Amino acid sequence: MSSRPTSHTFKDNAAKAIQDGGVPRALKNVRQNFIDKRVKAVEALPEFEALRESAKEIKNHTLEHLDLYLERYEQKVKESGGHVHFAVDAAEARAIVLDICRKAGARTVTKGKSMITEEIGLNAHLEANGVVPVETDLGEYIIQLRGEAPSHIIAPAVHLTKDQIEADFRRVHTNLDPKRDLTEKTSLLTEARTMLREKFLVADVGITGANFLIAETGTSVIVTNEGNGDLTQLLPRVHVVVASIEKVVPTLEDTSQILRVLARSATGQEMSVYTTLSTGPRRATDVDGPEEYHVVLLDNGRSAMLGTEFQDMLRCIRCAACMNHCPVYHQIGGHAYGWIYPGPMGSVLTPSLIGVDKAGHLPNASTFCGRCESVCPMKIPLPKMMRHWREREFERNLNPAVARYGLGFWAFFAKKPWLYRLSTRLAAKSMKLLGRNKGSFQSLPGAGAWTQYRDFAVPEGETFQAKWKKRAAK
Amino acid sequence: MPRPEPGAKLRVALFATCLVDIVRPSIGFAAAKLLEQAGCVVEVPAQTCCGQPAFNSGDRRTTQELALQMIEAFEGYDYVVVPSGSCGGMIAKHYPELFADDPGLSGRAEKLASKTFELVSFLTDILGVMKVEASHKGSCTYHDSCSGLRELGIKSQPRRLLGTVDGLDLVEMKDSEVCCGFGGTFAVKYGPISDQIVSEKCANIEASGAKTLLAGDLGCLLNMAGKLSRMGSEIEVRHVAEVLADMANEPAIGKAGEKTA
Ligand code: SF4
Repeated sequence: MSSRPTSHTFKDNAAKAIQDGGVPRALKNVRQNFIDKRVKAVEALPEFEALRESAKEIKNHTLEHLDLYLERYEQKVKESGGHVHFAVDAAEARAIVLDICRKAGARTVTKGKSMITEEIGLNAHLEANGVVPVETDLGEYIIQLRGEAPSHIIAPAVHLTKDQIEADFRRVHTNLDPKRDLTEKTSLLTEARTMLREKFLVADVGITGANFLIAETGTSVIVTNEGNGDLTQLLPRVHVVVASIEKVVPTLEDTSQILRVLARSATGQEMSVYTTLSTGPRRATDVDGPEEYHVVLLDNGRSAMLGTEFQDMLRCIRCAACMNHCPVYHQIGGHAYGWIYPGPMGSVLTPSLIGVDKAGHLPNASTFCGRCESVCPMKIPLPKMMRHWREREFERNLNPAVARYGLGFWAFFAKKPWLYRLSTRLAAKSMKLLGRNKGSFQSLPGAGAWTQYRDFAVPEGETFQAKWKKRAAK
Repeated sequence: MPRPEPGAKLRVALFATCLVDIVRPSIGFAAAKLLEQAGCVVEVPAQTCCGQPAFNSGDRRTTQELALQMIEAFEGYDYVVVPSGSCGGMIAKHYPELFADDPGLSGRAEKLASKTFELVSFLTDILGVMKVEASHKGSCTYHDSCSGLRELGIKSQPRRLLGTVDGLDLVEMKDSEVCCGFGGTFAVKYGPISDQIVSEKCANIEASGAKTLLAGDLGCLLNMAGKLSRMGSEIEVRHVAEVLADMANEPAIGKAGEKTA
């Protein structure tokens, strides 16, 4: 589990995933399920479109006044007895969390599923400093067993087949009865829980992410399906929430509005099984809850997106619908993207967070089919923002010389209609001659990147404009 | 868009697109025939490219230059019709965006955008064409090209008109709305990924049992035809306009042979 990006080797990563074949095969088993369930959930709710629109408006409004709402949130957390820590970057956030763990004398921390702790590489940092992090979400638990990063933002182990997961359990849970059935998610969950139960009891600190931070009440909200998040934040003495700044929303009512599109877009559920709200540490009258409550608010490049053409990306609620519907993601899986955030949302966000010089492939590796935008509950114009990245790269001369040259050459002709007509006439004719009586080229000089995988149809021979002129002259 | 008086002949500029111009002019003639049958006067102004390759490569300056060239050549007509959802979408959806900050041009871009349509949806939605005079033997399956589908809402229109073609049996493939993996330069820049996507698409086309694959965008058609041909498939690939105009007598895309009667 590392946060060191490999996005710059995206092409190789993707080629490997394709060649190996395991990841696309595993995804093929589940991807239709995500798609079908979402459609069903959306069709069952006539006001879904209207809800999308209002969810978008809520976030737009919040982002316009982010400073104000963050301030209000901080104040409310303090009033309820909690602590708020602002972290400019990953290193600061890691240091803050480690410090809290140390002060709590923690040797073991349990963790709920959190992409932000992946983003800051928290687990490796804790381990290196003698604190053992234990992932309690089943998917995260599995990839922790394997020492991998998540390949999907809500289904971290979606790149694995059932057989692979079963093998990992048998490798690590050594006292397991060989006859024990581990083919179903429920049986895996039960097995993981037997291991996790004691961890929950010995953990001194519980770390969770947050789906929302509510400004009016200072509340953090998590949605889960396994209930592990609740145990993570209730049982240990100290609860640490690690969340990025754009998670804040003004009110509880706003939260419930957005919740209505979140689970439907993510898993096709009306609501996730658990929606848990935490406000401050345990009060005298509470029967349970942590003695200390901390929130670490991470910026890590987000405030720099405000006011730019990438601001809309900060509406993202991490539902994963965009990657669940992405033809590119389906073929290569999440690891190929080379950092924490895969698929279309990652292709926009990753260049913002780690730099377009390192992640320039991501916004380019899209067919612009637009399916992501069409399912995004927050109506984020993902293709448009990927195009913005391409524009920035072009301006900064970052794209490969060949792409620039090829395009410049083509543009040179396209800008001069008479020259264009002449050259295309010649091209169409000579290609026809070259193709002779064939229908398709199996190879074509200068078009190897195309003909490596598919044939190219031989042109009919004359251009449309030339033929049309002849027809008109008749 | 004010509709001209009933009976008045519409002057329609046909923007063939650069791919049709160079690779398959018959699509342009099929489009012209359909428009003329519907009572339009069709003209073909001197044209090159709408600028989409530059636009999607991040070269905004070149895109604007090409867009301006298009605006100048095409703004004098009642309508601009394009036998492609992606080039149609480029003009109708993205030109206004390109000049949003240019008060001198934004109005002209908006105006051109508002009268630019993809061919099939223009026939059904603007001209009210309900049926075509055409016949085609055998089963066809239709691929929904992405820009046409998601930018312009083209889904039922081609199916409706195909339903009136004599002898044509329309069968749906699985995932007809999923991208074919073309994506312009994507197909050559990310060849292995594009190849996986188009292979899956072709498997779905084959599994539909259809004899002919139709779509409304030559880019996608060249990609799918190229892959089917590489796989040794017998399936014929055509632009939907060829069938609707009863002009499916050229050899199919990527197939050898002579024009049939
Ligand atoms: S970009 Fe949209 S679809 Fe993708 S994860 Fe974010 S909210 Fe969901």
